[in-house]
Amino acid sequence: MGEQRRSVAIHVPVLARVEGEGALDLRIDDGAITELRLRIFEPPRFFEKFLEGRHYTEIPDMVARICGICPVAYQVTAAQALETLFDVELSPWTRAMRRVFYCGEWIQSHSLHIHLLAAPDFFGCGNAIDLARIAPDEVRRGLRIQALGNELMDLFGARSVHPVGVRIGGFHAAPPLARVRELREKLRAALPDAEALVRWTAGIALPQDDQAFVSVATRHPQDYAIEHGDIAASDGLLISPSAFGDHFAERQAPFSTALFSSYHGQPYLVGPLARLNLSHDRLPPGIQALLAETGLALPSRNLFHSLVARAVEIRLALHDALRLLDDYRVPESPWVPVVPRAGVAIGCTEAPRGLLWQRYEMDSEGCVVSARIVPPTSQNQARIEEDLRLSLLEFGLDRPDDALRLHCEKVIRNYDPCISCATHFLRLNVERP
Amino acid sequence: MNVPGTPKPRVAVHKFSSCDGCQLAFLNLGEELLRLAERVDLVHFAEAGPLDPDTDADIAFVEGSMSTPEDLERIRRIREHSRMLVAIGACATAGGIQALRNDADAAGWAAAIYSHPEAIASLAHSTPIASHVKVDFELWGCPVSGRQILAVVNALLLGVGPRDNGDKVCTECKRNGYPCVMVSRGIACMGPVTRAGCGALCPGLGRDCYGCYGPVENANTDALAAQFALQGLDPQAVVRRFRSINSQAPVFLAAANKAGRRRDG
Repeated sequence: MGEQRRSVAIHVPVLARVEGEGALDLRIDDGAITELRLRIFEPPRFFEKFLEGRHYTEIPDMVARICGICPVAYQVTAAQALETLFDVELSPWTRAMRRVFYCGEWIQSHSLHIHLLAAPDFFGCGNAIDLARIAPDEVRRGLRIQALGNELMDLFGARSVHPVGVRIGGFHAAPPLARVRELREKLRAALPDAEALVRWTAGIALPQDDQAFVSVATRHPQDYAIEHGDIAASDGLLISPSAFGDHFAERQAPFSTALFSSYHGQPYLVGPLARLNLSHDRLPPGIQALLAETGLALPSRNLFHSLVARAVEIRLALHDALRLLDDYRVPESPWVPVVPRAGVAIGCTEAPRGLLWQRYEMDSEGCVVSARIVPPTSQNQARIEEDLRLSLLEFGLDRPDDALRLHCEKVIRNYDPCISCATHFLRLNVERP
Repeated sequence: MNVPGTPKPRVAVHKFSSCDGCQLAFLNLGEELLRLAERVDLVHFAEAGPLDPDTDADIAFVEGSMSTPEDLERIRRIREHSRMLVAIGACATAGGIQALRNDADAAGWAAAIYSHPEAIASLAHSTPIASHVKVDFELWGCPVSGRQILAVVNALLLGVGPRDNGDKVCTECKRNGYPCVMVSRGIACMGPVTRAGCGALCPGLGRDCYGCYGPVENANTDALAAQFALQGLDPQAVVRRFRSINSQAPVFLAAANKAGRRRDG
């Protein structure tokens, strides 16, 4: 802060409608951004440390607690890692049902984000309750879809927040046919809702933006990758999850409790738009046609299209859940026995917010020696800052503080950051002469 | 129901160190959420939108544990502004899973994960709300359910004190007709010492209860630890049973320490 420069510092509680606590420091000098950093002060919860010494059977119940909104992602990734290390041959039933279970979480999390967190921005509303006054049918439809996602999670996990059904080797129990039949009807009935949702999001007047960035997501030879796949980047990279560390690095910025990730030293994007950019050719033909109808050109360089990408992924998740439950049979056993062994376990899946990578070093008793968990939001953090910088320049730095703040919020919400786990305050600290 | 003309009760939802899962009990209410918003004024609920942390509230729901020096200051302000303070979930009632650090060298942990541990403003211990301010009602569970939350709201709207479920998980198994996993399958189940409220979800899937609703009153942890030993759990495994989601709940903490002494002695 120089003597001749008049600095204005404003503390505004800014970002509601995200999961987690963050602050944005913005400083503008002579019409230029001189400082912009997304500070995350989520109190550290030290999961990686207290997993040490725990038995492999406990891991799914423990890692679920990292995030109440996407516990399935943490559970399924951990199971995938350990089952690979232990050389477990999963039954086709388990493989299919893990995807159905995961589809439930995508439906729930995406619908919650679209309707309760993001959409109010584009209708001049402060929250979904206000939005429900001007768009009651759309909000109700969204809540119905969200509830259906919860029901799918509940089918395998007995509850949707911290479900209890996953075990290493399969599931603890298989849902009875009658319940699956009932849910199948609900899923089928929701298809028109999901199509209407895609059209609705595509019809919202979203801000225009055009930025260059690298998209990173898992990719699978046949499926739209959710619970399995290799890691792909839009610059052509295609690697096995075990090679993650050769290309991606984490560092802690001194002002943050989250770890920033980089890809070959650069920011990168994970999440729905990155997935759609990389794998839209893996969508079933009907959904590709729906997407074409909306006029959304892919790959997209406008992060605001994340809203549409989430709606498309809800439609896909409903489609896949129905397809996989179509000839549902109760298996002889929902799990196979597991024999632990020492070594390094690596798992990688697509959490609703993007790529989730986990690594466990296990001893021969099946206990954790060390753990490392790379969640989607820390991977997006550098990209969010880069996006804010570019977006604000495009938006115009001379706008009033309130307008700047609102625009920052909208940009940040595109990433649906799950700064998992602390108070939800983004304080905007603008300093300018 | 509200009498026309009388102000609606003011409800706030605050969050500290946690996974956000207990707030989802509100956000997953579906259409009930819209109906709730008609019956009460949601004056502060950051994740849902309304932001007014220092406003007066009739009922403040608080999720999360006390984990940083700033938290301690903030919970005092919330207490001052709230007529009734309800702690929801394992983090707010027992320090949560992150309280597993309380028995460890948290500074060493920060240094192992973060290259700038000095930037980590973290208290050595993660503690429940009631360790710092008066709490009017505690709702246990990891996570609490929408049913539990609505029951509290309804009780308070009707002007009666909310009720807590004092049974153990075993009673829910019996009510639901679930075969006992401990007796029939030899599974080391925490149900006999765990507070009811979930509906015995885990035994319902044929697996062990792992105590996420915390200890029930008059829990006989000695008998259960002895039973676990008979079932072949080594002392370390018995410690882990009690040292989990609710590790700092006094009853579970004492049971873990006792089993630990058996292991060391």
